[in-house]
Amino acid sequence: MATRVVMEALSPTMEEGRIARWLKKEGDAVTTGDILAEVETDKAIMELQARGEGVLRKIVVPEGGTTPVGNVVAVIAGADEDVSSAFDTTAPAAKAPAAPRPAGPPAAPVVPVVPVGRVRASPLARRLASEKGLDLQVIHGSGPGGRIVKRDLATAAPVSPAGLGGGEGWEDVPLTQIRKTIARRLGQSLGPVPHFFLTAEIDMERCAEAREALNALGEGRVSFNDIVIKVVAMALLQHRECNAWWQDDHIRYFNEVHLGMAVAVDDGLITPVIRQAHRKSLRQIAEEAVALADRARTRRLTPDEYTGATFSISNLGMLGIDEFTAVINPPEAAILAIGAVTPKPVAADGAVTVRRRMRVTMSCDHRVIDGATGARFLQTVKRMLENPLAILW
Amino acid sequence: MPTITYRDALNQALREEMHRDPAVFLMGEEVGVYQGAYKVSRGLLEEFGPMRVVDTPIAELGFAGIGVGAAMVGMRPVIEFMTWNFALLAIDQVVNSAAKILYMSGGQIPVPIVFRGPGGPALQLGAQHSQALESWFAHVPGLKVVAPATPYDAKGLLKSAIRDGNPIVFLEGEMLYNTKGEVPEGEYTIPLGSADVKREGADLTLVCHSKSVAVALKAAEQLQHEHDLAAEVVDLRTLRPLDVATLVASVRKTNRCVVVEEGWPLGGVGAQVVDELQREAFDDLDAPILRVTGADVPMPYNKHLERAAKPGPDRVIEAAKRVAYREG
Repeated sequence: MATRVVMEALSPTMEEGRIARWLKKEGDAVTTGDILAEVETDKAIMELQARGEGVLRKIVVPEGGTTPVGNVVAVIAGADEDVSSAFDTTAPAAKAPAAPRPAGPPAAPVVPVVPVGRVRASPLARRLASEKGLDLQVIHGSGPGGRIVKRDLATAAPVSPAGLGGGEGWEDVPLTQIRKTIARRLGQSLGPVPHFFLTAEIDMERCAEAREALNALGEGRVSFNDIVIKVVAMALLQHRECNAWWQDDHIRYFNEVHLGMAVAVDDGLITPVIRQAHRKSLRQIAEEAVALADRARTRRLTPDEYTGATFSISNLGMLGIDEFTAVINPPEAAILAIGAVTPKPVAADGAVTVRRRMRVTMSCDHRVIDGATGARFLQTVKRMLENPLAILW
Repeated sequence: MPTITYRDALNQALREEMHRDPAVFLMGEEVGVYQGAYKVSRGLLEEFGPMRVVDTPIAELGFAGIGVGAAMVGMRPVIEFMTWNFALLAIDQVVNSAAKILYMSGGQIPVPIVFRGPGGPALQLGAQHSQALESWFAHVPGLKVVAPATPYDAKGLLKSAIRDGNPIVFLEGEMLYNTKGEVPEGEYTIPLGSADVKREGADLTLVCHSKSVAVALKAAEQLQHEHDLAAEVVDLRTLRPLDVATLVASVRKTNRCVVVEEGWPLGGVGAQVVDELQREAFDDLDAPILRVTGADVPMPYNKHLERAAKPGPDRVIEAAKRVAYREG
């Protein structure tokens, strides 16, 4: 039987895809799982797999052609089979391949996907869980298809209110009245994500010394950015209130840090995620950051590599920017904009000396984070960067 | 308390109501001299005479229409259909006259009539004489539809039906006439529109009416002994109006529900029960409500096929285990 090969949704936000390259040509034998083509999505270059076997009888969308998700791009069938019925003549034709893509607006910020699937639970189980303060996300469902039913709740333990560093990944906290009011009022004032900004200047002398010392070991390079990632991850562990997602009717506080780092790509930016950044050594972070940035620039990131950040960092220091504000990537509650490390005259001990300094600006979603909350987090970041041994403390 | 048959309980109700109100009379095929095809009217001709126990020709539409006319001028007719299968010939009088005249006369002309007779699948009577048609009538505003399962309910509900003042479709179970149960001596009535918990249980609710009550009770017994599941059996008794409060109270307690009926699945009584429960008891449901119905086919004559087409205790048990997540 003929198998239609359709443009698949290879990223959460993909609406159409461009065939970057056909890896099989008409007449080639294919089996299930073979890579037929490389597809350029809105985020990355992904592989299109064969979901049937036989001969690639017809390529409908040529290399460079763009077509909406769901449209037929090729047909797989037996060598002699009549495939005329496999073509969906009613579907819109693929766009002509030749026209270069207009330089549109930069790619929309990546909307993280909740890392777990939808919870299936009976209405009764949902009501009881909400009454008892149980988190359905962490309860094993024994019903059909993993449905959580009443009996599964008997053994579940309530979510601990402390939570920080506990076994679970996050805690959902219902909004207090004051948070609701803040969200409503500031949402009217500043748009759906009411940003405010906190800037701090940080002395980077001791960080610079540490970095030089580590690099002198000759076992790989560590950048200021890597150190900032590590410090922010460790600081977030102490300030869970800034490691959070706005979820409309509640706030999700994460006990783990998945740090997004904005990477400029040719026609936009993307935010690959260093997962469990708080558990990784500086060396691991340095290696991973390089690899992720590399894959981002060649558009080889998979969706799970650029979704699910709990907090993000944007660094324009290498481009000589002293200080800037970054736009929050919802539902994250904050983003930290990192400026360049530059020598500056500083008053210290009654004398002016030259020291390496760095300015950082935190954009906060006021629905989640208040001024003082953000300031305390920044204070921790500053203290750690000014005394990098504190990372180990 | 005397134990009597379902048919005798109905007979008592008719006799008592005919004594109580001279406007009550019985009319239908074979109700007089032959004493009723199912002997429900035994002794009534002798006791009340041919003016009040009227034998008719085989002309359902005609005598149903005469009954409606009599009700319109103040009588309280009880029209017996030999079975509800034959009542299909008279359905115009039931649906278009009896059910609508109060409304279309602007409330001036009530139609206090009871259409009664046996319904539901019987034994090897073939497709045309073996079917449950209650959902047809339950569909119609202006009618009340009653389907008792026990002698006690049959008597108490028939007395209420005769006194009610609205057109009533009263479906007796053809397979229930010989069943026995305790019926107190003396006057009692059961209000229309009230369901009855026939067996208490905490694990799931079995909703049923008419003959499926016996099926549900048998299944409940087996569920208790073989599967340690306590089923609550709710007998609807009246299909229109439906006693939603009793249904919801039971499902609030058990969180799971199976609806059993002998009729066909599409648009059945059970479909309405499920609709009410999913809305009124949504947050109390731990499992989708399941239905056990007659097979979606004309009733086969072949004995084995007929058995397979009827909702028996085995299928109820299977559904009960599924809603209780006990399969496998």
